[in-house]
Amino acid sequence: MQNFKTDFEKTLKESNLSEKEIAFKNLNAKEFSKQGFPNRKDEDWKFSDINQIIKKEIGELKFYTGQSKEINIDEDVLLSEIKHNKLIFVNGQLAQTDFSSEEKSKIEFLDNKNDTEDQSVENSLINLNNALANKSYKLLVKKNYQIKNPLIIYHVSNNKVASQNINLKINFEIEENSSLKLIDLVKDKGNKNFINIFYNFSLEKNSVLKNYKIDQFENNNIRYMFNNIEQSSNSVSETFYLSKGSTFSKNEVKCDLKGEYSSAFVNGIFSLDKDKHHEIKAKINHLVENTKSYQLVKSVLENKSRSVYQGKIYVDSKAQKTDGYQLSKAILVDETTEFNAKPELEIYADDVKCSHGSASGSLDENSIFYLMSRGLSYKEARELLINGFLVEVINQITDEPIKKLIKNLYGLKNEY
Amino acid sequence: MREKELEKLKDYKYGFSTDIENFKAPKGLNEDVIKFISNIKKEPKWLLDWRLKAYNRVKVLKEPNWQKPKYPKIDYQDLYYYSAPKSFKDKPKSLDELDPKLIETYNKLGIPLNEQKRLNGIAVDAVFDSVSVATTFKDTLTEKGIIFCSISEAIQKHPDLVKKYLGSVIPITDHYFATLNSAVFTDGSFVYIPPGVRCPMELSTYFRINASDTGQFERTLIIADKGSYVSYLEGCTAPMRDENQLHAANVELIALDDAEIKYSTVQNWYPGDKDGKGGIYNFVTKRGLCKGKNSKISWTQVETGSAITWKYPSCILQGDNSVGEFYSIAITNNHQKADTGTKMIHLGKNTKSKIISKGISAGFSDMTYRGLVDISPKSENSSNYTQCDSLLMGNKCGAHTIPYIKNKNSNSNIAHEATTSKISDEQLHYCQQRGLNSEEAVSLIVNGFCKEVLQQLPMEFAVEAQKLVGISLEGSVG
Repeated sequence: MQNFKTDFEKTLKESNLSEKEIAFKNLNAKEFSKQGFPNRKDEDWKFSDINQIIKKEIGELKFYTGQSKEINIDEDVLLSEIKHNKLIFVNGQLAQTDFSSEEKSKIEFLDNKNDTEDQSVENSLINLNNALANKSYKLLVKKNYQIKNPLIIYHVSNNKVASQNINLKINFEIEENSSLKLIDLVKDKGNKNFINIFYNFSLEKNSVLKNYKIDQFENNNIRYMFNNIEQSSNSVSETFYLSKGSTFSKNEVKCDLKGEYSSAFVNGIFSLDKDKHHEIKAKINHLVENTKSYQLVKSVLENKSRSVYQGKIYVDSKAQKTDGYQLSKAILVDETTEFNAKPELEIYADDVKCSHGSASGSLDENSIFYLMSRGLSYKEARELLINGFLVEVINQITDEPIKKLIKNLYGLKNEY
Repeated sequence: MREKELEKLKDYKYGFSTDIENFKAPKGLNEDVIKFISNIKKEPKWLLDWRLKAYNRVKVLKEPNWQKPKYPKIDYQDLYYYSAPKSFKDKPKSLDELDPKLIETYNKLGIPLNEQKRLNGIAVDAVFDSVSVATTFKDTLTEKGIIFCSISEAIQKHPDLVKKYLGSVIPITDHYFATLNSAVFTDGSFVYIPPGVRCPMELSTYFRINASDTGQFERTLIIADKGSYVSYLEGCTAPMRDENQLHAANVELIALDDAEIKYSTVQNWYPGDKDGKGGIYNFVTKRGLCKGKNSKISWTQVETGSAITWKYPSCILQGDNSVGEFYSIAITNNHQKADTGTKMIHLGKNTKSKIISKGISAGFSDMTYRGLVDISPKSENSSNYTQCDSLLMGNKCGAHTIPYIKNKNSNSNIAHEATTSKISDEQLHYCQQRGLNSEEAVSLIVNGFCKEVLQQLPMEFAVEAQKLVGISLEGSVG
């Protein structure tokens, strides 16, 4: 933590910010210095003590990034399977923007937007982000526009960075009757960095957000991502997590259903091995009548890995006729693994339908026996069962081409 | 005046107080008070040392504050830690010497202490404020070798057993309220069932807080030796007072090989008035240890009283093949608050646990189920099933479910289900159409909702509990 103060001052000196912006950053830096990284004593971090994890995995963390002049993008990081718009961040810096397939007047990407207003801060990592993110970006989808191709945001780090804290902040605004398809793709070659990403979404009337987050490729970084979604009436948000590659990852999503008939879907897959520790934390706030939310999270755990699911449905006393559902399931493949869940309901209205379920256990021996008696090897039988278990979540994806892409990336055949 | 009082009593019929001269320890919490308590109970030195050790820890511990219902700070120096009817300074030898006023109090409560009058064969230990006043059916039990007496008596007569087991499930290094209890506990029940004995009758303790400004800190210790069985009931009431009173009890259960303990509670402490004034703070630590192989501990609770209920009767499943069960009905009305649930900690192999929790909230109340299921890596082939259902009446109340699920063993299964709903208009309409008024209809539906838990209670209690469920919800519809 000694690093933080000096690194923060160094970063501030190099930037040319307005007084207001500096004051905002100072305020956040002060708050972070006071609180430090969240630890186990914090109820939200009970199962994933990030303070300890950073200490153990990284040790001394560097907060100063500096501005490197040239950024090379390895061509092999780009996806060729699907036509898409691009935002490429290398080591936390914007390297390329490409919205060539969209109507110019309808999509706007601003990289000079700095927040000076305090958003509702959930934890000290957001403070850290506010203090250090060198720029915050804003993507605007204007009225009555359906995005043609998905936008892929590449989160790339190259092997030049190590033990570094990388912060990124993007605000998204989707105006009335518009839609955005967004894929976050993690491609890391950097070594043991702490990556802290904060997205803010604002969904106007009748808008649709489809957000898929893919952390598929093996890397040894620590990752935290917070999605804050505010929804107006009749809007739909769909969030999907494929949580697999990083050493540690915590994905947090908070949805405020502020308009009637809005709905939120959160689905996730954990597929972990080798000491990995991942968490998904979802909080859905039903604030008005006739809103709906659905959460489905499945884990397959092997080899000393551990997954955590914390889901919360909050129903305000005004939010009658709420429909909320939560389900988490886990297969513990061997005895060294651990599954922790805290599915919470906090309900203040009486005319609601809310339920949750959670189940965890081993692979069903009877099913394996059944498959083996029909000629499959043990390995094949196991694979078939696990894939069948996980594919249910992938099948929740409402966008066909992206569903296919994700199945491909995950290595599932299309028959599933 | 009298009429007014009677009017008040209609809501909570146990709300009367008994005018009895009390003998109290000086107000406040300090070493002298603890020595005073220990001295008056003629306790051996080891117990005093144990209490003082606990007290030293209390001084450094902080009150927990993660619970949902918040309460104003309790001034621990402004409480009496010992209060006993004056006539008790020299303990009466038999029931005939009991203060008639006390007997009358218990008669009013529906618990006659005279054995002749008791036909249904339940042995009762009655605790009034800080002391145990009477234990019935002692002879019948002694014949079988069963020890059922107040814990003060057990400390005198069976010091070895007490020394061996006291604090073995809830150590003095535990949380704030448990440790406070260890320092200042006054009385409670002690049960020992010898090997192979099936206790022939229900054992029961009846707790009553009478004096004002007192905290009740009772301690119950139940030991079921190898192959034995016991069913134990606990009931509680308190007079209506405007101030909040603290009740911080500790209950420890120990089941050795093949033993079974069934512990049932009907908690009906004074819940405060309609505006949330007064009432008992029920901060109780209950924990059972399935120490031996094939042992079983089952908790059943019907929680209708108290301003704030904050307790988690738990099972530590240490012995292989041991079983833990938790059945709960919690009802909150008006401004009552409850944060209750259980902990099932699986340590042994092939252990099983089952949690059925039914929460009903009405009025302005707030109800939280909070539970932990923890299966440790060594606890192979274990399983848990949890079901918690909540019923809401009106949109001024809250119902919350906060389960913690930790599975660290791949051969073990955990299943959890929870639902939240309300009484549908169709259900009400159906009942009313058949001639029930709306309150009867609600009572019927709620009893149906709670049936799974009510079934677990012993007969005599089940009837009482069923009535209680109806009464607690009176006035919550319409």
